[in-house]
Amino acid sequence: MAHAAGGEAHPAAGQPLLRIEGVAKTFGTFRAVDGVSLDIKAGEFFALLGPSGCGKTTLLRMLAGFEAPDEGRILLGDKDIAQALPHERPINMMFQSYALFPHLSVRDNIAFGLKRAGMARADIATRVAEMVALVKLEGLEKRKPDQLSGGQRQRVALARALARRPQLLLLDEPLAALDKKLRESTQAELMDLQRRLGMTFIIVTHDQEEAMTMASRIGVMNAGRLDQVATPRELYEAPRSRWIAEFVGDINLFDGEFKLRDGHRLVIATDGAGTLVAAEPREPVGATKLSVAVRPEKVKLSRRAPVGEGSAINQLDGVIADICYLGGSTTYKVKLGTGGMVQSSVTNSARLDVDAYSLNQQVVAWFSPDDCMVLDR
Amino acid sequence: MRKSSRLSRFNIASLALGLAFLYLPILILVIYSFNDSRLVTVWGGWSLRWYREFFNDRAMIEAAWMSLRVAVCSATIAALLGTLAAVALSRGERFRGRTLFSGMLYAPLVMPEVITGLSLLLLFVALNAERGFWTVTIAHTTLTMCFVAVVVQSRLGSLDRSLEEAAMDLGCDPVRAFVAVTLPLIAPAIVAGWMLAFTLSLDDLVIASFTTGPGSATLPIRIYSEVRLGVKPEINAICTLVIALIAVVIVIASLASKLSSSRGESAAPL
Repeated sequence: MAHAAGGEAHPAAGQPLLRIEGVAKTFGTFRAVDGVSLDIKAGEFFALLGPSGCGKTTLLRMLAGFEAPDEGRILLGDKDIAQALPHERPINMMFQSYALFPHLSVRDNIAFGLKRAGMARADIATRVAEMVALVKLEGLEKRKPDQLSGGQRQRVALARALARRPQLLLLDEPLAALDKKLRESTQAELMDLQRRLGMTFIIVTHDQEEAMTMASRIGVMNAGRLDQVATPRELYEAPRSRWIAEFVGDINLFDGEFKLRDGHRLVIATDGAGTLVAAEPREPVGATKLSVAVRPEKVKLSRRAPVGEGSAINQLDGVIADICYLGGSTTYKVKLGTGGMVQSSVTNSARLDVDAYSLNQQVVAWFSPDDCMVLDR
Repeated sequence: MRKSSRLSRFNIASLALGLAFLYLPILILVIYSFNDSRLVTVWGGWSLRWYREFFNDRAMIEAAWMSLRVAVCSATIAALLGTLAAVALSRGERFRGRTLFSGMLYAPLVMPEVITGLSLLLLFVALNAERGFWTVTIAHTTLTMCFVAVVVQSRLGSLDRSLEEAAMDLGCDPVRAFVAVTLPLIAPAIVAGWMLAFTLSLDDLVIASFTTGPGSATLPIRIYSEVRLGVKPEINAICTLVIALIAVVIVIASLASKLSSSRGESAAPL
């Protein structure tokens, strides 16, 4: 394949570059990936998000060629690569352990794939220098991997995977080994790099914040299935299932039963929070057993019942049961008079705590019907 | 436990006792190899007489040469086969009967040498093979191969599997990935295994005496038959030379494995 020379025509941005069709993989009796279909557009930053053991790494390894799918097709352009060996694919991967060759220097690690592609010596030197500059490793070319810090190793691994100019770069938990500060700055660099190179990235992560920060689209996997593919905002504000709502971010969930429809609003009698009014979701709800879900930052607190607030239809009386100060915000747990609990996240917009609530204080928690999500139980 | 940089008196005493127990006989042997006297137990002053005697003893030199050739050949074959076995065991994770195979591979580690020797003798007789250099070499290969496999397998086990995958991802087919990445990383372990096999072969008496034929005695066989007629001081000189050779090989082997494990740290996942 001539992909290493970078001469192959890339599909125009926005067109599907990779098409995964009904891919499944079984290990023994365990169905690790269970019929996943997904289109990856050229030039996008896609994240596969899910808890450990959900099959996201297996799916990634099938894209790289380390596992062959039992069912389904993987189309790159219009060619089925499902059974192709790793070295026959114009796809490169960055490993979670980085997998740097310990016996080779930084330069030789980066040049490894170029030599295999039969590139001319002078071209290899140019490309390596370009990659070293890209990941800001100048001056470290002669070091061995064990003479580098964790962050530097991560950069070498990235440069090595990018050196062949793959059509698709796979990243398997690339930032898991870095500490929080370094992780955040590396996230920004990865995004910047992806935008500048116009390449297609697929990242696997269990960290929802990482996925939300970096990816333009996120696919949530659970038990081998792709539950929802959406933009970060859609995923957070309109999760398709109760499981996703709980997995992505914090959530208040009230189980209840559908009572009646009032125009575009549903009235639902819940177990813990009395009767709640929620905006009707886009997709009509079929079942009568429903859950009302509200994100904590959408739940407002006040000392007295809000007056003249048209949106404050859902008002719940309670007392502050727990306070969790997080710096930028404070999370209050409110024990409701109706028996349930509701969490409210309040931004600490002032340095002095004149507005803060104290333990056992009587409060009203309220939220608008538009901020309620209605999910099947 | 209290961590102290100094040894207590008790520790020094027990260490000295242990070392004396291990090395006093060898030390006496080495000293007496420089004895001028004809009698082994009587000190007659310093001399290199018995070393000269050994280098003029044709039969002894031939036996030593035979031992050396057997050791080099069997260690080389064992290193090759042992490495292949180790790779098959640690890389081919899902093949059937893997546990049985690895158990069978390590059986010679615990098998009494008499049994190994006898069974090999029966095999060679049944095959009607002419006993001599090659039968001893093959016998020693079966003995030492498992040691190589153990050393190499432990090295392979500490290697990150994704190293080979990374090589494949970067354009190597599986064979090239092994040669370009895995082999350089396990090379020190293979060298250490080779040296272990070499020393084991060099000092083996039991299996060699079962599988050798007339006119092709190894050094240990030769020494043993001489000693039965009474210990000549020449034997001390030969043994001192063998000890020196083995000591050198062991030191190199341990240095090689140290090098291999220090490299391994960087290969381990973070």
